[in-house]
Amino acid sequence: MEVVQIQRRLVDYTKSLFMEGFLDGQFLQLQQLQDESNPDFVVEVVSLFFDDSEKLLNELTIALDQPNVDFKKVDGHVHQLKGSSSSIGAQRVKNACIAFRSFCEGQNIEGCLACLQQVKQEYYLVKNKLETLFRLEQQIVASGGSIPMIEMGF
Amino acid sequence: MNSSIGKAYMSTASSSAGRKAGDAAAAAAAAADQFPAGLRVLVVDDDPTCLMILEKMLRTCLYEVTKCNRAETALSMLRENKNGFDVVISDVHMPDMDGFKLLEHIGLEMDLPVIMMSADDGKHVVMKGVTHGACDYLIKPVRIEALKNIWQHVVRKRKNEWKDFEQSGSVEEGDRQLKQSEDADYSSSANEGNWKSSKRRKDDEDETDERDDTSSLKKPRVVWSVELHQQFVAAVNQLGIDKAVPKKILELMNVPGLTRENVASHLQKYRLYLRRLSGVSQHPGNLNNSFMSPQEATFGPLSSLSGLDLQTLAATGQLPAQSLVTLQSSGLGRPTGKSGIPMPLIDQRNIFSFENPKLRFGEGQQQHVNNNKQMNLLHGIPTTMEPKQLAGLHHGAQSMGNMNMQVASHGSQSSQNNPLLMQMAQPQARGQMLNDSSLGHAPRLLSPMGQPMLSNGIAANVPTRNGIQENIRAPSYNPVPQTSSMLNFPMNHASELPGNSYPLGSTPGISSLTPKVAFREDVNSDIKGSVGFLPSYDIFNDLDHHKPQNWELQNVGMTFDASQHSNSLQGNLNHAQSVLVQQGFSSGQMNGQNRSATVVSKTMFSSGDSTGHVNAQNGNQPLNSLLVDGTVRVKSETPTNLYPDDFGQEDLMSALLKQQDVIAPAEHEFDFDGYSLDNIPV
Repeated sequence: MEVVQIQRRLVDYTKSLFMEGFLDGQFLQLQQLQDESNPDFVVEVVSLFFDDSEKLLNELTIALDQPNVDFKKVDGHVHQLKGSSSSIGAQRVKNACIAFRSFCEGQNIEGCLACLQQVKQEYYLVKNKLETLFRLEQQIVASGGSIPMIEMGF
Repeated sequence: MNSSIGKAYMSTASSSAGRKAGDAAAAAAAAADQFPAGLRVLVVDDDPTCLMILEKMLRTCLYEVTKCNRAETALSMLRENKNGFDVVISDVHMPDMDGFKLLEHIGLEMDLPVIMMSADDGKHVVMKGVTHGACDYLIKPVRIEALKNIWQHVVRKRKNEWKDFEQSGSVEEGDRQLKQSEDADYSSSANEGNWKSSKRRKDDEDETDERDDTSSLKKPRVVWSVELHQQFVAAVNQLGIDKAVPKKILELMNVPGLTRENVASHLQKYRLYLRRLSGVSQHPGNLNNSFMSPQEATFGPLSSLSGLDLQTLAATGQLPAQSLVTLQSSGLGRPTGKSGIPMPLIDQRNIFSFENPKLRFGEGQQQHVNNNKQMNLLHGIPTTMEPKQLAGLHHGAQSMGNMNMQVASHGSQSSQNNPLLMQMAQPQARGQMLNDSSLGHAPRLLSPMGQPMLSNGIAANVPTRNGIQENIRAPSYNPVPQTSSMLNFPMNHASELPGNSYPLGSTPGISSLTPKVAFREDVNSDIKGSVGFLPSYDIFNDLDHHKPQNWELQNVGMTFDASQHSNSLQGNLNHAQSVLVQQGFSSGQMNGQNRSATVVSKTMFSSGDSTGHVNAQNGNQPLNSLLVDGTVRVKSETPTNLYPDDFGQEDLMSALLKQQDVIAPAEHEFDFDGYSLDNIPV
């Protein structure tokens, strides 16, 4: 595929992610931080986010699986996930975490389990989307093109 | 993708760098010009994603970033390099230590501006940040725009510090102090020297101007710089120590902006100091040592604490006024030398004036009255703590800053107390408990030292106005924990302390002690000397409300090195010691945590125990706080433990009185030669 086409695909794809709420303005901030001295910054940070989140999700699963659920602990994990997802701009994950926290406060096991599912779902969705995005970028760079700046008008 | 912004930053950085390159002489100036670029930021967050993003953002702002994912690591980094950072950004929720706790520590020890951040934007959390002394609170996700302006906090803090420094106001502004950052360089260490010297100069010259500025702010504190102090000493010598009255001294000194109250409180401290010097014939060197080096600071604060503690205790009303007086007359008067107050003034002079611009001298109005008493007692026993003070102590919950305020403002305590207190707790602006004028010196001492100060400071805080009931309890806790941690005490102590600080419960002093004890590690001798324990004596009086539960006085085998103290008190010691021992030991028995008292007691014993044997008198109320179990657990959490209800006041008093002499030496860290808490056989 021609570089230009890939570039256009990338732009459209990214825009859609924003439109659909998968990503928010914070992601743009990350992109703006990337520069020549740090050309892979976004990929690095997002990878870090993936690793960390998967760990958290595991912990959450285990914690909610206990006979006596320690809601404080659960809340702590969710809080962390909320913080990191909001830092990279994974908006839907963050929102799911917010809902999750209120169930934690209410010590509602069912609610928490349902929220955990929700968070996981959103997480895997956004992970998928971002991986697609990065692949497109790689293709562009591999073809000698430059990554177009997304003007989102936020 | 968007390299434009990055580029812009880069180019700015490179151009500015190029500009300054090769201009070594103007390096400092260049750094200042470049400000806020080059601002040294320490960012602490357990979330790796956020940490990475923040680091990148800060670098984009041209700051020098150091990142840390654990609070403990951050604290040790800060401690190792006191002036290595300009501002700290910390997350609120962290697994190893609560962000607010870290905030307090930093405030007390290093007095750097701290910015909290969290994904949590709930009002109460933000409020917590405010009360703990954070200078800002950022909500995650943090945007780079928010980070661009963090330099304002550094500037503001320095500016306030300066003002404080120069002020010759009568009352310290505790709050303001809180934010005072240490007299650190403005934007780079290169400026430090200039900063300090200029400050000092200002201190002597521009007081009036400053006063106007700050009149609307909290009352500024007088910073007794080296020069100022020298003038003071010269005036005193000229008049003759007996005839040296504040009014005349003030006239002789002829320093614009200095008030009689400032001089009076300073004089009080000075007198105490002299007394201590003459009283500590055995280890004159100790005193100096402890005060002189920051390391020694631990000692200083420790001892000061004890003095303070006692006072605090007394203040809280725990100690019957009479007891206090008796105590004072009996033995406190001894200038064991460590009483943090005098020493710091003189010896620490350097430290004070140079390092801590913050020396604050509360207007020592109160001190006058108290001073007299305190002088005697003070050696570590803040017997004259007034209830107000105690209240203040209690307020430990609040950021340390509050405490300082209280203490300082309290004035009720004799200036002596303050100095001690101040010293201990001082290191950080936050915890400026030392606002008290009396402390003026003391606090400063500690600040440079960084650590030990806290303990003292804590004590000081206690009396502050918060009106803490517990008197000392509350405030002491806070400071204490901090101190302890700062004192090189293993971090765990720090965490423990907060609760513990009041093992003494009523005796703020004790709590302060505990932290000291905790520090055992580094200061074996310190502990001994740390007067902190002495407070236990006072505590006895206070025991009323604290039940020294675990205090079974086991003969703790106080093997004190009492060498230092004259053993005149031998008889007394036993008595007192046993009390202490009991307290200490019983505390020891008690779970380590709260036993800060135990620790304290240990010290006490050691110090005063020239006799070497302490009869655990069951009758005596075990000083809960006196955990003698060698563990530094200074946690004074259970204040109630400290003083058993059935503690006989009289017994205690007598013990205390006797102890006074003994204790006094004990108070000073130096006094104990080798006494380490560990040695005390429980």
